[in-house]
Amino acid sequence: MSDLAIGAAFPVARPVARAAEAYNMDVVKKFTIAAMFWAVVALLLGVVLALQLAWPVFNLGLEWTAFGRLRPVHTSAAIFAFGGSALFATSFYIVQRTCHARLFGGEALANFIFWGYQFFIVMAALSYVMGFSQGQEYAEPEWHLDIFLTIIWVSYGVAFIGTIFLRKEPHIYVANWFFLAFIITVAVLHLGNNVALPASFFEAKSYSVYSGVQNAMIQWWYGHNAVGFFLTAAFLGMMYYFIPKQAGRPVYSYRLSVVHFWSLIFMYIWAGPHHLHYTALPDWAQTLGMVFSIILWMPSWGGMINGLMTLSGAWDKLRTDPGLRFSVTAVGFYGMSTFEGPMMSIKVVNGLAHYTDWVVGHVHSGALGWVAFISFGAIYYLVPVLWNRSRLYSAKLVAWHYWVATLGIVLYITSMWVAGIMQGLMWRAYDKFGFLQYSFAESVNAMHPYYVIRMMGGVLFLAGALMMVFNLIMTVRSASTAVQPARETAAAGA
Amino acid sequence: MSDQNAASEKDSVTGRTTTGHEWDGLKELNTPLPKWWFWTFVATCVWGAGYAIAYPSVPWLTTYFPGVLGYSQREAVTADVRALEAQRAGVMQKLKAVPLEEVRKDEALYAVAMTAGRIAFAENCRACHGAGGEGRPGYPALAGDAWIWGGKLADIQHSITYGIRSAHPEARVSQMPRFGADGLLKAEEIDQVTDYVMGFYKPDAPALPGAAKGATIYAENCAACHGDKGEGKREVGGPALRSGVHLYGDTRAAVRAQIANPRLGVMPAWNTRLDEATIRAVTLYVHGLGGGE
Repeated sequence: MSDLAIGAAFPVARPVARAAEAYNMDVVKKFTIAAMFWAVVALLLGVVLALQLAWPVFNLGLEWTAFGRLRPVHTSAAIFAFGGSALFATSFYIVQRTCHARLFGGEALANFIFWGYQFFIVMAALSYVMGFSQGQEYAEPEWHLDIFLTIIWVSYGVAFIGTIFLRKEPHIYVANWFFLAFIITVAVLHLGNNVALPASFFEAKSYSVYSGVQNAMIQWWYGHNAVGFFLTAAFLGMMYYFIPKQAGRPVYSYRLSVVHFWSLIFMYIWAGPHHLHYTALPDWAQTLGMVFSIILWMPSWGGMINGLMTLSGAWDKLRTDPGLRFSVTAVGFYGMSTFEGPMMSIKVVNGLAHYTDWVVGHVHSGALGWVAFISFGAIYYLVPVLWNRSRLYSAKLVAWHYWVATLGIVLYITSMWVAGIMQGLMWRAYDKFGFLQYSFAESVNAMHPYYVIRMMGGVLFLAGALMMVFNLIMTVRSASTAVQPARETAAAGA
Repeated sequence: MSDQNAASEKDSVTGRTTTGHEWDGLKELNTPLPKWWFWTFVATCVWGAGYAIAYPSVPWLTTYFPGVLGYSQREAVTADVRALEAQRAGVMQKLKAVPLEEVRKDEALYAVAMTAGRIAFAENCRACHGAGGEGRPGYPALAGDAWIWGGKLADIQHSITYGIRSAHPEARVSQMPRFGADGLLKAEEIDQVTDYVMGFYKPDAPALPGAAKGATIYAENCAACHGDKGEGKREVGGPALRSGVHLYGDTRAAVRAQIANPRLGVMPAWNTRLDEATIRAVTLYVHGLGGGE
């Protein structure tokens, strides 16, 4: 097997004794706090947007609070601020622990990455609210912010890859392969999609060098692989560390991890055109996008199998470790979303689903069910370890969080399934004379009850996140979770 | 725990051996690929290759492999549109041939016209004129009797076909002078004529102070288009000045603003977007909203 192992060819230093203080856990703590802060912000904005869709009066009649400006704030806060901070925290934690090496670049580089990334998030959010946007979905920031983010991202790559080079283990752990793919590919995507000519050096306005259908193609090459490498590959990296840790079991199949890793990263990069079915995009490119999306099904499921089967012999821990429940349910939602995605990429299915709320539901089963749940599971594990506490403040509150959030997701995605399929059917309905049965405005009216249900799902998910924030603050501050001297070594080695 | 040379060991739960790697206490099992997983993966690859042979796929420099089925998205959608047009062709031909006034007498034809007119109105007109043609600020109501350009079938058909102040030479055009902005009346005179016009909107309220002088100004400047008593003149598109049928509001401030620097709305010429039969259907539908004459 060692011939398959990534990094086996790199020379390695001899292992040395490890101590908790040998790692830079300060930056991990900071990113963990940031992740929870941005989670609440992103979810709150989501609820506001859901309210606006159900009752337009919540746009408040102000340009800064209109749906069109708040929507990118919500998506960026969820993906890049919450998801990104959770990934920085966990990747810095995992790479240090599994390489037996302190984070490369010292405190200064780590702090630059932390504060630089937070600064980027705040500036991006302010720019959207003030009306600046490139008009490229998930790549809204204008050119000056894009350049700043590039500097932060390269610094992140240097710190992460530098740590890999410092490793005192002969092989690179599977989680780190996924983080490496994520860091490298996101850099390529960011640079590729944001090639633009600024209107002036003193203005936040630029023009993309791509126009028309080429622009659309590059945008969805970027957009789909932001899903593939930011929201899938990187969070699989998170899963590959925390599920075996929480379960106390070896990873189910090393061979599967190798095959599904390479097939996933090879297939994903081609699948973007399925966002542009039945458009001006040439037929051949649509075929390409659809075929690779379908082939992507099993490579995606390889991660699910490895996550779930790792629990063989440890399923009983679901009863005692509510944090693990989040991680395992996340893998379940991951499996569902990565089946739903290829299905929706089939052209005849897409003809019904495209432009409907089904797409919104699909995204949220991934964002809430997979990304947020796997992050919550990891953070519930991390906080007692990072702050050296014996346990979480309240396991019961974690269980409440779990059930409230799960109910929220179920309300969200089922209402969007019904809404989306209904929209798709209404848009294509003809009467007996051959005229459209419904106007677009009538299909909008019909959405109202589902938008209200979706909003309630969002409120539940937000309520769960607030319980989590309270629980984590109490875990760090309450005397009841203090570590007894005898248990200190156990916690440090957890 | 961190021994890099950890030997492969047997896992008691699964009976599998580990790979011998270990990181921070994490190990891996030597489990082979699940067979169902592998063969499903192979099956999707085989299916993908087949699909790429059947449908347009590999690009060349200036063209692409069209696929053995000869599928073309553009041809497919064109065929769908043709089929739909063929389904509608009979009634639409008839709708074009029968004079508008006669359509209502043919119950079956009128039913089709109402169906076609309703959906065309909902997709094209509703955004400005409201779901039931009730109008909204800046957009005239179509369900009442306050027609600016006339409520007969022929009048409505003309308005829809060529539009209001559109670029079309047949468009309906009325031009209210900018009495304030172009200095045609002094500010004081505009106040006076506003006071007078407010008397049309609120006939029961006591006359405003400038109304007496405003009456003369009105007669000289406004009556030609809006009528002596503000009843409006359809021949020139002069709207009636009555409460409830205003376009831009009937508060004193709104009326004054409209005199000083009038807003003049535009409706596109729909003959560039809708075919003649559809325009006829919309005409009949609008006529039937409640205000048709």
